[in-house]
Amino acid sequence: MNALRRNVLKGAAGAGTVAVAVAAGLLKPTQALAGAPRSAFEAKNVGDALKNMGVSAPADSKDITIKAPDIAENGAVVPVEITSGIAGTTSIALIAEKNATPLVADFDLSDGTQGFVSTRIKMGQTALVRAVVTAGGKSYTAAKEVKVTIGGCGG
Amino acid sequence: MAEPMRIRATMAGDVADVKVLMNHPMETGQRKDAKTGQLVPAHYITQVTATINGKNVLTAGLSGGVSKNPYLGFKVKGPKAGDKVVVSWVDNTGDKNTAEATIG
Repeated sequence: MNALRRNVLKGAAGAGTVAVAVAAGLLKPTQALAGAPRSAFEAKNVGDALKNMGVSAPADSKDITIKAPDIAENGAVVPVEITSGIAGTTSIALIAEKNATPLVADFDLSDGTQGFVSTRIKMGQTALVRAVVTAGGKSYTAAKEVKVTIGGCGG
Repeated sequence: MAEPMRIRATMAGDVADVKVLMNHPMETGQRKDAKTGQLVPAHYITQVTATINGKNVLTAGLSGGVSKNPYLGFKVKGPKAGDKVVVSWVDNTGDKNTAEATIG
């Protein structure tokens, strides 16, 4: 494994490396793009981010649970856990509303994958952490406020 | 140069609980270097894919808003102990890394 990785990393041309990875079955061409386009990640406000994701007016849902601290002392590392109780959840997007680029991450889930993701995010300031869940072609949302003592974006 | 990635996968009933820890600086491109005052160039993971026994279970798009050395946890129903989990990431500079683990 180590020897293989070294070879892959040493591959002089980037394109060659990708070809090797594809050939080795490490990266399938069909997996090259996640649900949300990169433009959504570059959007500077929540409205644009949602628009670029193709989500309009998600409905509030009590079946989405966001587990995050009420007060985050360090905005550079805020643990966030999202659980969606909505049957047939196919994607979960995570948004920190007041970040310079609010869309933090977008997770596309396959059939067997549970409506659950856990990660750690950066937050520039106190803001709502919002989850946008897609299930059966419809969008649902929930939010939780996290107070940030020291911001974790920029410096 | 990409650093190793750590994966831990355990069965809890019929659900596999997968935890991944990636080594990556996750620079947003908005932070200034304290010494030079110059912006530190953006360098973050843009895409993570996970498969179990070759079947895609999770595709994630990430931004610089994810913390340094990203942690990712997810749960998959169906796999058995001994199945192989493979996680790969690609960053905005084209760098990439892959690691695998066996569900225990």
